Amino acid sequence: MKARIAAAPYLLWAALFIVVPMGLVGYYALTDMNGGFTLDNFVQGMRFAPVIGSSVWLAIIATALCLAIAYPLAYLISRKSANTQRTLVLLVMLPMWMNFLLRTYAWMTLLENNGVINRLLGMIGLGPYEMINTQGAVVLGMVYNYLPFMILPLYSVMTKIEPSLIEAATDLGCSPGETLRQVVLPLSLPGIATGITMVFVPSVSTFVISVMLGGGSFMLIGDLIEMQFLGNAYNPNLGAALSLVLMVILLVCMALTDMFHNPEEKEGLLL
Amino acid sequence: MTKKQNSLTSNLYIFIVMAFMYLPILVMIAYSFNNSKSRGAWSGFTTKWYADLIQNESILSALLNTLIVAVISSVIATLLGTAAAVGIQAMKKRSRDLIMNFTYLPVMSPEIVMGVSLMLLFVMFKVDFSLFTVIVAHITFNVPYVILSVLPKLRQMDKYLFEAALDLGCTPLQAFTKVMLPEIMPGIITGFLIAFTFSLDDFNISYFVSGERAQTLPVLIYSMTRKRVSPEINALSAIIFVVVLAVLILTNLNDIRRENQLQKGGRRG
Amino acid sequence: MENNTLISLRNITVAFDGEVVLDHLNLDIKDKEFVTLLGPSGCGKTTTLRIIGGFVEPSEGDVFFDGKKINDVPPYKRHVNTVFQRYALFPHLNVYENVEFGLKISRLPDAERKKRIKEMLAMVGLSGFELRRVNQLSGGQQQRVAIARALVNHPRLLLLDEPLGALDLKLRKEMQIELKRIQQQLGITFLYVTHDQEEALTMSDRVVVMKNGQIQQIGTPIDIYNEPVNAFVADFIGESNIVDGVMIRDYLVEFGGRQLPCLDGGFGTNARVDVVIRPEDWEICKPADGQFHGTVISSVFKGVHYELMVQAPGEEEEWMVHTIENHPVGSEIGLILTPDDIHIMHKMSPEEEAELLSALEADSILNDEDEDDEE
Repeated sequence: MKARIAAAPYLLWAALFIVVPMGLVGYYALTDMNGGFTLDNFVQGMRFAPVIGSSVWLAIIATALCLAIAYPLAYLISRKSANTQRTLVLLVMLPMWMNFLLRTYAWMTLLENNGVINRLLGMIGLGPYEMINTQGAVVLGMVYNYLPFMILPLYSVMTKIEPSLIEAATDLGCSPGETLRQVVLPLSLPGIATGITMVFVPSVSTFVISVMLGGGSFMLIGDLIEMQFLGNAYNPNLGAALSLVLMVILLVCMALTDMFHNPEEKEGLLL
Repeated sequence: MTKKQNSLTSNLYIFIVMAFMYLPILVMIAYSFNNSKSRGAWSGFTTKWYADLIQNESILSALLNTLIVAVISSVIATLLGTAAAVGIQAMKKRSRDLIMNFTYLPVMSPEIVMGVSLMLLFVMFKVDFSLFTVIVAHITFNVPYVILSVLPKLRQMDKYLFEAALDLGCTPLQAFTKVMLPEIMPGIITGFLIAFTFSLDDFNISYFVSGERAQTLPVLIYSMTRKRVSPEINALSAIIFVVVLAVLILTNLNDIRRENQLQKGGRRG
Repeated sequence: MENNTLISLRNITVAFDGEVVLDHLNLDIKDKEFVTLLGPSGCGKTTTLRIIGGFVEPSEGDVFFDGKKINDVPPYKRHVNTVFQRYALFPHLNVYENVEFGLKISRLPDAERKKRIKEMLAMVGLSGFELRRVNQLSGGQQQRVAIARALVNHPRLLLLDEPLGALDLKLRKEMQIELKRIQQQLGITFLYVTHDQEEALTMSDRVVVMKNGQIQQIGTPIDIYNEPVNAFVADFIGESNIVDGVMIRDYLVEFGGRQLPCLDGGFGTNARVDVVIRPEDWEICKPADGQFHGTVISSVFKGVHYELMVQAPGEEEEWMVHTIENHPVGSEIGLILTPDDIHIMHKMSPEEEAELLSALEADSILNDEDEDDEE
């Protein structure tokens, strides 16, 4: 019974460094520079609706691409022998251990106008193509960086699907396609939900990939927020309002995916 | 026949995705030996970027900062998180669910929001950015991961083990250290390692709370990438890649060895 | 009888969230006795055990150990050890370290410690298993480690919470005999909890039958089996025919359309009673010679005996009859009872009857699950 007290330091810590700061974000969002109440920050924020829209749109594309690439991969890995599975999963995880700034930087080397790809294409008389500083490059950066976040949760649910279940489905007359639709897909829904959240959240809020691969030529909501706090456009009130908008977008997204799974499954998938 | 084709296509698919994931890194490593400063052109082999890197004081001090932050923050996060997990497990279901939902919040919410919210806190209370603020921020985002890796171990634990220890004469404190702690140790270690690596790797939150003086390595890397060309980054990436690869291989070999031992032990038995 | 009571429970009441689990329970256990608490899931037997172990605090009432009140003594200061339901062996320790655990805590000198562990492992037949990890052991071996770990501390009283529940039938039988042997050899008091009546009858000096937090009957296995005080005990202890009857006067009872002599008295005249007939007590004869006769409507081979259902003509009653000779379905047989085969019991109220039914049902579904100890 007394063991409950052990949680007290954490609760205190969380109150101090999570609840109070979030409260401050709310406070800043609803006040002007002199501390008076205002909704003006949100009105101003509306000017950036196109930025917010394109952030969400690019993140959705990146998430969908990740799902499309990762789903077959995770399934194929999960049907390999135990040792092969272990090696492949390690291979998926290894890039995650490198800082994502370095991984994104690698793509700068590849995509530049006189970068590796254009030089190779040049050798066979093609290009140069304008690849960096495009929306495509930003989406590529997101997919590249966050693909493992999609693969791993999918793999961890799929590896728990017993081969006998698939055999049973086949035995009951399912074609491979039907087996996938009727058995594998429903059983992997929690993994899909986790994967979507884990890719969408960092994609929609990134302020680095867009700068490095988008060349700052167009902004995402993350860049907007960053600029209000550390950039030339210093305006923490507007930045706080935009942060709240971002949170609301994500809460809606999480509520949508949360329908699939309960918290206890979640922790297994996250780690 | 078709089965063979299937496995061929599946292997090809795996190969293509892996190539997508590794080619950029390999290209970057190759270019770390490129004599030319330009990212595209190849003009001969050199190791001078590695020499530059080792002599670059700002990189070395950033590395030191990163290590200090990672060690301190992950140790504190592990202590806080383990205690919290023990406490949460002892709670009634309602308060447990409430706290767990609340614990997920920082895990699921975008890092930039946590970064700016902590920045506002420190600005508001006039705390200068320093290693201290970075450490506080890292503890804050790491504790939930420790809780999430310790809690399942507590749940899996036979609930009568604690009572069995009391029954055999342990005081509650002895029962905790002699029985419960060894049982949940794997979870605590996992939590610590997650906290440590996340701390080493974090950019999004550190960026907002580190200021000029307490740059961690990722924050410094970011400022380096803002300058158009800096081949030292390639060299740094190569080193990090090799270190990570070595660590992964070593831990994995260790795992395999332990598993083999277990199997052997099982067979003896 | 000399005064050698080891444990006394006085007026123990336990309620969790307003739900009464134990209701003014009184129980005395003598030194060196093997006592079994028997009852269906939720009857409070495990809670009783946990009160003595010190894991549950009674809402009311006192616990005495050796004449001293121990309500406020924490578990780790009681001279009582427990064999937990699913053993609760420490997975991070090997067999030797598990058994050593309690001795180490009590700081017993090394030499003495080694000697005791060696003896104890020999006693439970696990010499040579010292360095095994506990999760490499079979269920039966884990069971023995759990027993050794508790007994090595030389407790005055050993509490066993359905310790054989997870074992298969053959192993369970072996362990029953083994446990009894150990108890007699060491002369330690055993308090044993089970829902398995056979287990209770095999091992115990005395059986305590419980229902809904109350003791129904305390007695030797033979008493409990032959002279159940009510239909609940009768039915729980073994499959029985329980029918309505009328006590015409002392030593004469009417049921199933017959008046028969019996050995019970004191119910008054023309009193409504329950009549209990054990299925194995019937004697089968030719239809014409029987006190009852009827048609065999089903016959099931149960290994040692056949279980027949016999329906008397024109009556609703079906009699369950155990016999070692088969009688094919459709054949006519006669049935005979001697007076001591007829057990007369006070009538249960309809509510009690409903409770009995649901308790028995819950028990057959939950089998070895005891959910009566949740806080």
